[in-house]
Amino acid sequence: MKKSHLFGILIIAACITIIMATAGDASTYVSFGEAQQLSTNGKANKVHVVGQLKKSTEGEILGLEPSSDKLSFSFVMVDHNNKEQKVFYKEPMPADFTRSEQVVVIGSYRDNIFVADQILMKCPSKYQEKEVS
Amino acid sequence: MIHTFIGNAGHFFVVASFITSLVAAYAYIQAANLHNLNAQSWRRYARGAFYLHGLMVVGVVFSLFYIIYNHYFEYHYAWSHSSLSLPTHYMISCFWEGQEGSFLLWIFWHVVLGLTLIQTNKDKQWEAPVMAVFALVQAFLASMILGVVIGDVKIGSSPFMLLRDVMDAPVFALNPDYVPADGTGLNPLLQNYWMVIHPPVLFLGYATTLVPFAFCIAGLWKKKYESWVKPTLPWAIFSAAILGTGIVMGAYWAYETLNFGGYWNWDPVENAVYVPWLVLIAGIHTMVIFKNNNTALKTSIVLVIATFVLVLYGTFLTRSGILGDTSVHAFTDLGLSGQLMIYMFFFTLGAIVLAATRWKEIPTSDKEASAYSREFWIFIGATTLCLMSFQVLVPTSIPVYNALVEAFGGISNVAPPADQVAFYTKFQLWFAVAVALLSGTGQFFFWKKMDKEKLKNELALPLVVTLLLSAVIIVVAKITEPVYMVLLTAGLYSIVSNGSVLVRLAKAKVRLVGGSVAHIGIAMMLIGVLFSAGYSKVVSQNTTGMLIFKGDVPEQENVDNVLVWLNDPYEMQDYSLLYKGQRKEVEGVPGYVDKKLLQPTEDPRMAVAVGNFEKDGKKYFSKGDSVKYIAENTFHEIEFTSRANGSQFTLYPRSQVNAEMGGLAASPDIHHELTRDLYTHVKAIPNEEDEKDWGETKEMNVKIGERFFLNDYVAVLEGIKKVNQVAGADVDLGPEDLAVEAQIKVFGKQEDYMLTPTYIIRDRMVGQIPSTANEIGLRVTLLNISPETNSFTLGVNTTQKDYIVFSAIEKPGINILWAGTIIMVIGFGIAAYRRYKDVKGDGEENNKNDDKKRLKPRKNPVVA
Repeated sequence: MKKSHLFGILIIAACITIIMATAGDASTYVSFGEAQQLSTNGKANKVHVVGQLKKSTEGEILGLEPSSDKLSFSFVMVDHNNKEQKVFYKEPMPADFTRSEQVVVIGSYRDNIFVADQILMKCPSKYQEKEVS
Repeated sequence: MIHTFIGNAGHFFVVASFITSLVAAYAYIQAANLHNLNAQSWRRYARGAFYLHGLMVVGVVFSLFYIIYNHYFEYHYAWSHSSLSLPTHYMISCFWEGQEGSFLLWIFWHVVLGLTLIQTNKDKQWEAPVMAVFALVQAFLASMILGVVIGDVKIGSSPFMLLRDVMDAPVFALNPDYVPADGTGLNPLLQNYWMVIHPPVLFLGYATTLVPFAFCIAGLWKKKYESWVKPTLPWAIFSAAILGTGIVMGAYWAYETLNFGGYWNWDPVENAVYVPWLVLIAGIHTMVIFKNNNTALKTSIVLVIATFVLVLYGTFLTRSGILGDTSVHAFTDLGLSGQLMIYMFFFTLGAIVLAATRWKEIPTSDKEASAYSREFWIFIGATTLCLMSFQVLVPTSIPVYNALVEAFGGISNVAPPADQVAFYTKFQLWFAVAVALLSGTGQFFFWKKMDKEKLKNELALPLVVTLLLSAVIIVVAKITEPVYMVLLTAGLYSIVSNGSVLVRLAKAKVRLVGGSVAHIGIAMMLIGVLFSAGYSKVVSQNTTGMLIFKGDVPEQENVDNVLVWLNDPYEMQDYSLLYKGQRKEVEGVPGYVDKKLLQPTEDPRMAVAVGNFEKDGKKYFSKGDSVKYIAENTFHEIEFTSRANGSQFTLYPRSQVNAEMGGLAASPDIHHELTRDLYTHVKAIPNEEDEKDWGETKEMNVKIGERFFLNDYVAVLEGIKKVNQVAGADVDLGPEDLAVEAQIKVFGKQEDYMLTPTYIIRDRMVGQIPSTANEIGLRVTLLNISPETNSFTLGVNTTQKDYIVFSAIEKPGINILWAGTIIMVIGFGIAAYRRYKDVKGDGEENNKNDDKKRLKPRKNPVVA
């Protein structure tokens, strides 16, 4: 076998390792129900949950609760299966949080609270959002 | 009035630039395929078409800028990206804030590069095939901003759309000629000088990757399998330098403006540039190998094509909307994904098919590289760079994988790794170690002939120096993490070994030092990243032990922010803090002005001074003056006193309250020291728009001269005075009317406040105008005057004092990163110049030497 063949095999092996490692570390999009299941099964992997803020019929946001020292806050999020869940985030409320139409929280359950390490917000795009007045 | 002319002109220029690029492409293809006089006349024709294309592109650029500059808000682009209050230099950045404008910038650079190639390519053999590729790319890019609808198919998104054609607002039904009075403004995060300079550099970097690709395709097409490398090499190095500069500028912008607390976040948008850049550098190295010993030609072809394809793929990722919620700052989806996909596949498949049909004809060398040859080490280095880039490419493509699975009816719920920074660091760090070691070792193989003995001798001294240096640094900087020790040692090794080569080369032939210099720069960047990221320290950890959250949060979270009340000293690790209040920038006034001195007006660009402002003995404005400022920018003055040595400095992190952008946008302020930065940024401030909760009114009776407490502050009623005019209220006083003002002085911790509630009797009606000091959360009303007891009844309401929530992060060694970047770019510059001289023919002799020569030591060492 030529050296260059050996070299090629090594490169392919490295590529496969990279793909496997990525697959191993990749997170998943789940619902709150599945996330809770994962955590009770002892899997502490961080997951992504997509959902919306809980709103009243008038569109008012419900369950938003800033901490007394303003350094963190919690809110109620509704996932795609309509399950409501209290989410805690250890940063002050992001500026456009209340206007977001979709929220992705990345984190895991701790007891009955979902603790988010990161919140990604999808705000209505500029084009729909603005009104010509 | 609607200025339709300029928009129509702009749109005409877009269509014309599209057509001329197609004409140029067709004519250049003809010129490339023919061999007689016809070819010459086709080439002349094609060149004319490309010149015309360039002119049309300039026309598009001019039209769009004209619309933005003149505030023609009837145009959607101007309305949605600019506003009246925007300073001129930021009008340049709103030019490329939108997708259409950034495509335009890209197109413009291609024109500049194309014209440069036509002018510099004197022997003309490359012009036709290379420019054919250029013109085709231009046609695809111009189609992105074409804005033509054929049937149900929309081709491109034009920047010259009128607002009324884009928005479905009722106002246009009433008045089709309605023009909004002001635009909605530029995203405050882009109002930074780096956003004026970073996008053009980055897009020049993107644009320059087309040059190597075009030469490579031209070489394959015209069966000049070897000679394309020579003119390509200086362009490839130039491209790597520009792209690298663009990447680091973006990082620096993110560091200065965004608030994630760092300069690199492994966001897909960042990765989309990083991945092709690494492959491009790998390609440069294999081309250098080819120039030296005729091997690695096929690898070079693959890498040059891969670089351009990865640029297209990155474009597709960031502009098609496929990233969805995985990226914080991808462009808005303009519905161009189909077009982008065609663009990407056309050149990807075209290049692959062309390379495949020519593959057998491409000359190869059967020589096996010895482990003691320079080429072997460079090749390993190039492979490492490719794997490094592949490792970033795979996770970045997860949204594409999901979309593909779903396109075939499957369900895929793979998400990117939850902690991106930790995930990428884990792998990239080891690649970086390998790159540093290889870039150091490869340099010792100047002479072709190297054996074990020689290598040992060469390596001994640098190794000893490296180990000594790294031991000292590990002890001094208290590095305990084994991984960081390895990275530090590898980086130092690269600096030391490249440095020793540099010294030798500089004596022999200065022109050849480019590679060593660039390697030293890269190694410094690694060490800078190691310290600034690995040892970045949050200094604003909450140590007050306050109950952080009421309710049922399971455990105490480690909170990285602090809450500091106005004028209330706060002890943070290493620093004593004092938040001194909100400040504004006023035009013509150096530094910052207290917000209390400025009364906002209806015009967001103007304020009225309510007091005099002097600084360093010079008076800048006095009470009643109108001053120019930007209402939405507020700077928060925070004084830091180091607890270690008592040194003091003041930082002004910025907050922008902009309803359009959704409340608060914060930009950090950074205190630079030689060995570290202290980085602070605002996380939360009291919301002024909110209805203040003033609580219950507390009544108190006081006499003149009496001291009393107001919201825990000592206050004194200094006196009562009759006033003829009531400040802050439009009240006409008649001869029978009376207005008195109480003068209450409140002794704050840092400064005193005057409160002047007013009591009015007008037309026998009693009125009270309260006086407010927001900063100390106090509002006082003069409720009643009792002449018989000579006392006054005050109504006191209290609310929250002004405060700021912010975080502070220390970043040691970050200057090594920036210095390394500059050195790297200089190295690229030297290397590009040297390769350019090669092309011109007065450089080194062509290195395709015969075998006999190769056995001898090289006279002119070639360094990548």
